[in-house]
Amino acid sequence: MSALLEISNLSAKVGGKNVLNGLSLTIGAGEVHAIMGPNGSGKSTLSYVLAGRPGYEITGGSVRYRGADLLSLPTEERARAGLFLGFQYPVEIPGVNNVYLLKAALNAKRKASGQQEVDAYEFLQLVRAKMKLMQIDESFLKRGVNEGFSGGEKKRNEILQMLVLEPALAVLDETDSGLDIDALKVVAKGVNSLRSSERGVLLITHYQRLLDHVVPDFVHVLARGRIAKTGGKELALELERRGYDWVLEVA
Amino acid sequence: MSTPEIDSLLQQSYRHGFVTDIESDTLPPGLDEDVVRFISRKKKEPEFLLNWRLKAYRHWLTMKEPHWAKLRVHPIDYQGISYFSAPKRDPNAPKSLAEVDPKLLATYEKLGVPLHERARLAGVAVDAVFDSVSVATTFKERLAEAGVIFCSFSDAVQKHPALIEKYLGTVVPHTDNFFAALNSAVFSDGSFVYVPPGVRCPMELSTYFRINAKNTGQFERTLIIAAPGSHVSYLEGCTAPMRDENQLHAAVVELITEDDAEIKYSTVQNWYPGDERGIGGIYNFVTKRGECRGRNSKISWTQVETGSAITWKYPSCVLKGENSVGEFYSVATANNYQQADTGTKMIHIGANTKSTIVSKGISAGHGQNSYRGLVKILPSAHGARNFTQCDSLLMGGNCGAHTFPYIETRNPSATVEHEASTSKISEDQLFYCLQRGIDEEDAVNMIVSGFCKTVLDVLPMEFAVEAQNLLAVSLEGAVG
Ligand SMILES: Nc1ncnc2c1ncn2[C@@H]1O[C@H](COP(=O)(O)OP(=O)(O)OP(=O)(O)O)[C@@H](O)[C@H]1O
Ligand SMILES: [Mg+2]
Repeated sequence: MSALLEISNLSAKVGGKNVLNGLSLTIGAGEVHAIMGPNGSGKSTLSYVLAGRPGYEITGGSVRYRGADLLSLPTEERARAGLFLGFQYPVEIPGVNNVYLLKAALNAKRKASGQQEVDAYEFLQLVRAKMKLMQIDESFLKRGVNEGFSGGEKKRNEILQMLVLEPALAVLDETDSGLDIDALKVVAKGVNSLRSSERGVLLITHYQRLLDHVVPDFVHVLARGRIAKTGGKELALELERRGYDWVLEVA
Repeated sequence: MSTPEIDSLLQQSYRHGFVTDIESDTLPPGLDEDVVRFISRKKKEPEFLLNWRLKAYRHWLTMKEPHWAKLRVHPIDYQGISYFSAPKRDPNAPKSLAEVDPKLLATYEKLGVPLHERARLAGVAVDAVFDSVSVATTFKERLAEAGVIFCSFSDAVQKHPALIEKYLGTVVPHTDNFFAALNSAVFSDGSFVYVPPGVRCPMELSTYFRINAKNTGQFERTLIIAAPGSHVSYLEGCTAPMRDENQLHAAVVELITEDDAEIKYSTVQNWYPGDERGIGGIYNFVTKRGECRGRNSKISWTQVETGSAITWKYPSCVLKGENSVGEFYSVATANNYQQADTGTKMIHIGANTKSTIVSKGISAGHGQNSYRGLVKILPSAHGARNFTQCDSLLMGGNCGAHTFPYIETRNPSATVEHEASTSKISEDQLFYCLQRGIDEEDAVNMIVSGFCKTVLDVLPMEFAVEAQNLLAVSLEGAVG
C-alpha cells in the first residue's frame, strides 16, 4: 500500500526566490501531521504547491498522492481527487453566495467521481447540520463568500467547507490563527470529526494550543524550505518552550 | 484566385447585404421626403403623424452624426438603407430546426431558451412551427379585462390615435438627437402600452411580447403611458441571439408616469456583436427616456447589454413630479472588439426627487466599455438626492473601462454621491474556486455574476436566470 501523500525532495520557486529546498514528507492514511516553523520558512508555499497555485515553479522532486503523480494534475482536479486547502487568508468573493459556491464545489467533486448532483433539499440539510457543528449562524447561508466575515468567521467557514466536501487530505494553513478560545475548540471539534483511518490531515500552525485539541501523530519543523526536525506531539511542547533556534542550529 | 476576382466576390457579398427586390411593397435604398410620405401612406397614418414625420425628417437634415461617444464607428451610409419593406418571408429562412446552424442551437440550449421558442428565434418560418394564437388570446383577454392597452405601435395609431397624438414625442422630441430625429421620420413599428388609472398590470408584459415579437425593424418606436396610480413592468428583448441582417438600429422608447404611477422597464439586449476579430455586428444607437410627470411616480430602467458591435445608449429619467424616483441598473459587457458607451441621465426638476444609478461594466478581450452619466439638479429641485455607483471589472490586459460622470448641481440643498471602482478578476478569487474543485469557466461566471448581483437582483425573476446564462455565454473564452 502506498502512502496517502509522499513528498520527495521537493524544491520550488516563487517570485524568483527558492522557497522549498528539497523537502520530503510522507503522510499515511489515518495520520495527522503538524508543521510548525518560523515566519517565511515556506509553510504556505508548501500548501500552495500541493494545491497547484499558478506562479509556483517546481524546480525538483516529486509528489505522489494516492500513488499517482499529483503535480501533473490541474488545480481543480486535485481538489476533486480529495485535496482540500484551508486558506491562511480566505479571499472574499463579493456577491457570490456562500452556499452556492459550496454546492458547486460538492457537485464538481461528485460529478468527477461519477455520482449524481446532490439534491437541493438534502444538500441544505447537510449544510445546516455542519453549520450547527461549526456554530455558524444560519444567516451565513445567504451571505457572499467570506464577504465581510470576521477573521474567525472566515476560518470557521473554511472548516465548514471542509466538512461538507469530506476531503481525503486536508491541508489547513493556520486555521487556528485569530480564533478565540471557544472558536478554537469548535474548529478542533470539526477537524477531529473528519479524522478517520482513510484520511490524512496536515496542520500548519504556530501554536501548541491547537495541538492540545487535535492531537497530532507527528510534528515537523519546517525551516529554510525543508523539514529540519520531526518528532511526536511532545516536540510541539518543546518548541513552545525553547523556540526554533536550537533546531535551526542543528539543521 | 486572382486579386481582382477576390475583390469582386467581396464586393458582391457586400452588395448582397443591401439588395432589395423592387416590388410594390418595398422601397429601394435611399431617403428623401417621398420615402417618408410613402411609409406614412403605407401605414394609413393620420395627417398629424405624417406632418410630424416630415418635421422630424427636415430637422434631421440639419443635424450631424454625434461623435462624442468613446466609440470607433465605421461611416454609416444612410442612403444605402431601405426604409420600408413589408414583412414577408425570407426565401432563405430555414424550413425546420434541422436546417438551423447547430452552433446557434447550442447557444439556445445554454441559455435555457424554451424548446418551443427556439425555432422562431432561429428564424424558422413561424406558421410552420407552432401556433401561439391561443396563448396570445388568453393574454389579450386578461389584459383587456384590466383595461390595459398593449399592442403594436401601428395598431395603436389606428385604434388610439388620440393617445398617440397626445403623448408621442413629448418625452423624446423629434429634435432631440440625430438618431431620434431619424427614427421619428422613418420609424417602422414597435409597442404601445397604456395602463389606465389605478390599474396594476396583471402580468409582466413580456411573455406575450416574446411570443408575438415580429421583426419590428431597425427603427423601432415604443411608447408606454402609466396613468395615475397605475403600475406596469415591461420586459424588452430576448436573451437569445437574434437573426438580424440590419446593421444599424436606432430605436426610441418613451415612458410617461403620472401621479403615483410606476413603470419598470427591463431590457436584455443580445444582438450580433460581430466575430472574434471584430468583423460585422450591429450598431445600436438607442434613445430611451422616461418622464416622471406625476408626484410620487417612479421609473426604473434595468438593462443587461451583452450584444451589438457598438452600443450607444443612455436610458434616462426626467424627474418632474415632486418626490418622484428614477432608477438605472445596468450591466454591460464588451468582449472581443465590442464597444459599449452607455449610461444614464437623471434630470432632477421636482422637489425631493431621488435617483439611483448602479452601473456594472465588464470588459474582456479587446472590448471597450464606457460609462457616461449625467446627474443634473435644477434650481427647483430642493432636497434632491442622487446616489451613483459605477463598478468596472476587467478581464485580461487588452480591454478598457472608462468612466465619465458629469454632475451639475444648481441647488445647494441637493445631495449627490458618487462611488466608483475598477477591479480585475483576482487570481486569488479564481484560485480559491479552483481549489474547491470548480472549473475555471464556472468560476469566472460565478465571480462575474457576483459582481453584477445588485443589478441581476432587480431583474424580474424570469429574466434573471436567463441573464446570468447570457453573461456566461457572452464572456465565453474571455479568461484562459
Ligand atoms: N510571490 C512571491 N514573491 C516573492 N517572494 C515570495 C512570494 N511568495 C512568497 N514569497 C516568500 O517566500 C517565503 C515563504 O513564504 P510563505 O508564505 O510560504 O511563509 P510561511 O512559512 O507560510 O510564513 P508565515 O508563518 O508568516 O505564514 C517568504 O520569504 C515570502 O516572502
Ligand atoms: Mg503562511
